[in-house]
Amino acid sequence: MSGRVLVGVKRVIDYAVKIRVKPDKSSVVTDGVKHSMNPFCEIAVEEAVKMKEKKLIKEVVAVSCGPQQAQETIRTALAMGADRGIHVEVTGKDYETLGPLQISKIMAALAKKEEAQLIILGKQAIDDDCNQTGQMTAALLDWPQGTFASEVSLEGDKIKVVREVDGGLETIKINIPAVITADLRLNTPRYATLPNIMKAKKKKIANMKPADLGVDITSRLEVLRVDEPPQRQAGVKVETVEDLVSKLKEAGLV
Amino acid sequence: MFPASRYSSKAHRCIRALKTVQTEHAAPQLYTTLHRRKCSSVSTPRITTHYTIHSRDKDSRWEGIEMERFADEADVVIVGGGPAGLSAAIRLKQLANEHEKELRVCLVEKASQIGAHTLSGACLEPTALSELFPDWKERGAPMNTPVTEDVFSILTEKHRIPVPILPGLPMRNHGNYIVRLGNFVHWLGEQAEELGVELYPGYAAAEVLFHEDGSVKGIATNDVGIAKDGSPKDVFERGMELHAKVTLFGEGCHGHLAKQLYKQFNLRENCEPQTYAIGLKEVWVIDEKKWRPGRVEHSVGWPLNRNTYGGSFLYHLNEGEPLVALGFVVGLDYTNPYLSPFREFQRWKHHPSVAPTLEGGSRIAYGARALNEGGIQSIPKLTFPGGLLIGCSPGFMNVPKIKGTHTAMKSGMLAAEAIFPKVTAEGLDSETTGLHVPEYAEALKNSWVWKELHSVRNIRPSFHNYFGLYGGMIYTGVFYWIFRGKEPWTLKHAGLDANQLKPAKECTPIEYPKPDGKISFDLLSSVALSGTNHEGDQPPHLTLKNDSVPVERNLAIYDGPEQRFCPAGVYEYVPLETGDGMRLQINAQNCVHCKTCDIKDPSQNINWVVPEGGGGPAYNGM
Repeated sequence: MSGRVLVGVKRVIDYAVKIRVKPDKSSVVTDGVKHSMNPFCEIAVEEAVKMKEKKLIKEVVAVSCGPQQAQETIRTALAMGADRGIHVEVTGKDYETLGPLQISKIMAALAKKEEAQLIILGKQAIDDDCNQTGQMTAALLDWPQGTFASEVSLEGDKIKVVREVDGGLETIKINIPAVITADLRLNTPRYATLPNIMKAKKKKIANMKPADLGVDITSRLEVLRVDEPPQRQAGVKVETVEDLVSKLKEAGLV
Repeated sequence: MFPASRYSSKAHRCIRALKTVQTEHAAPQLYTTLHRRKCSSVSTPRITTHYTIHSRDKDSRWEGIEMERFADEADVVIVGGGPAGLSAAIRLKQLANEHEKELRVCLVEKASQIGAHTLSGACLEPTALSELFPDWKERGAPMNTPVTEDVFSILTEKHRIPVPILPGLPMRNHGNYIVRLGNFVHWLGEQAEELGVELYPGYAAAEVLFHEDGSVKGIATNDVGIAKDGSPKDVFERGMELHAKVTLFGEGCHGHLAKQLYKQFNLRENCEPQTYAIGLKEVWVIDEKKWRPGRVEHSVGWPLNRNTYGGSFLYHLNEGEPLVALGFVVGLDYTNPYLSPFREFQRWKHHPSVAPTLEGGSRIAYGARALNEGGIQSIPKLTFPGGLLIGCSPGFMNVPKIKGTHTAMKSGMLAAEAIFPKVTAEGLDSETTGLHVPEYAEALKNSWVWKELHSVRNIRPSFHNYFGLYGGMIYTGVFYWIFRGKEPWTLKHAGLDANQLKPAKECTPIEYPKPDGKISFDLLSSVALSGTNHEGDQPPHLTLKNDSVPVERNLAIYDGPEQRFCPAGVYEYVPLETGDGMRLQINAQNCVHCKTCDIKDPSQNINWVVPEGGGGPAYNGM
């Protein structure tokens, strides 16, 4: 395998932060809120860098779509070992409606442009939990896909992927080029240490717009409203079984 | 089912006690101390695993691990991305550009982004900002709320006594701005980056480095990838060394590296120990009808008694949404170990003059931080070979004004101006020795910072009298308002805050009301709002010099005050699995980096060290 790998990294609200719905219920507050790289994307970057260290591939390219701040996420990927970055600039209203379908169109266009042999993505993002981008990208490129990967190994011109599925573990062999999405147990991502962050400042991040790739990012979905989950109601303690039965009857459940 | 082990160990203790009684006249002290040590060594589980307490040199798990560090050189390294550190960095770059000199300025900050660990009221006095950036308005500084109304009250349990704020009193806020300091600091960070400062948020300075001659060489960032039990993980990597001609330490109130430097260079031999307070803060979205943008409210009195220093603040911000920033400050020289600053804060919100503002609103943020109260009496020696101290770390807070940001910024700027000629001088030998810049301390003494702090130096110590709060207010009225602090004497503080606690048996427990979930809240839901988190699998960064002291001393004598003064629920005394006795559980992941435990621990056994960078609270515009 000659070897260029594209890794998608998404900038999401940090998992430990308490999110708040905007007063106009259009979306969630993001201004000034702590963001970080999606944890599954970190695992994807780590896998790509590990492959490069084993000399199985030649170049790791980190891709992110979003506003100016997406460059910080790409910089972290570069500090973990990616060779160069591509920032596809999407801002404002377009960014608010950016979803898996548009991202997969962008990834597919980039894969063709960069002549990539492998695309590694996180299995899902922790903000929308869509779990769609990897699968859609593979379909648009007509490439095989190995999703929920907990183990990936290159065997000649094929890839063996062990997938975590509901029933257990499934092992498949797919042709290259392919799309792989990383699951939790694939690896433990390394830290982006300070010397590497400093070196990463010298690595290149190319800037482009979706239109440069011939991709139309208009969304076919419209978000009507965002609400907080309903408050959990307090339960009621009863003293005897008779009480319980009468309460159930009152509620029309018995 | 009988828990046999519990009964048998009780029986054992009974027999041992009988033995001691029989031979008591022989050598009573010897038996009891031996007895106690034996019991405690059996029941004290290991709590502290940090390498600052248990060295890695003698640890077999670290044999063969590569401990070399990557090193880099800068002209100036600044520890801490707060108002002081950023002002120093900006001023250095402004001077460098003015004089067309090259200067590499690196700033390390433990928060994941600049401003994420910043917490303050805050009513900013724009004096220092106008000196740093005369065009701050055009640059878009987030100063959107000029103060329009200023209210000061003394609270009793049910009533409010208004106190007129006459011109000349320190707490007058005319001309100041209510700011969300986190956003202000973030903006300062953007200005610094534009000027070419290298900012590295997410990397904590964990160690001070020294030259052969004992001068400061720079700092090293934290190691990553150490497991909770202190052993190296697969992802272990050493921190990095940043060497500089001079290093500025701007860690904020009670910095952990500053604590080391005080000992190393004996910087505190001619000043009083620093005294502190804890400030807890919440941000609320309130009902529009109750919103009065630009209104500043301060109070003293209830729920604290007259001998406990403290008070509240409530500021109405003007940034689009009807937001209020409110909080409570408690002096850490309080004497009752049953006092819980968090619960005093929650209780205060129910006062008839406060609750109506909050009714119908919702809380969106929570946080806490220690602040300095020592004033000019507690300022240590500020410079030493290779480095100097800026900002709240040495402590330039004007206590009656409750403002320290403007003086912190000014100290950073003065430091930059003192360092610049020395650091860009020709023929500098920085390979083997760090620069000593005593000109900084001189400049500070000749500046408005010193005049300001000198005039208010007696206000806080004046509270140490029988009438407490009221004596202090009378003193302020007479000596500050009338005589402008020109009295020839300087009052002393009462000593270390940690020594002020009375034993629990001499004090009465305080009955706090249960949180109602609408205006007052429980501790854990508050901690969740701070967004604080740390990598779980790392040694707890709240290190104990001696693991058995908490149960033997803090719990036995003071009923475990750390479970009450920690605003994040880090310290919990839980029953031992064997059933008899208690142990201290440290929930290090909850820590909001306030430093109160390091300050108030009566045994001074807790040593806060910096955890892996990027961890800690995720404050947003606090």
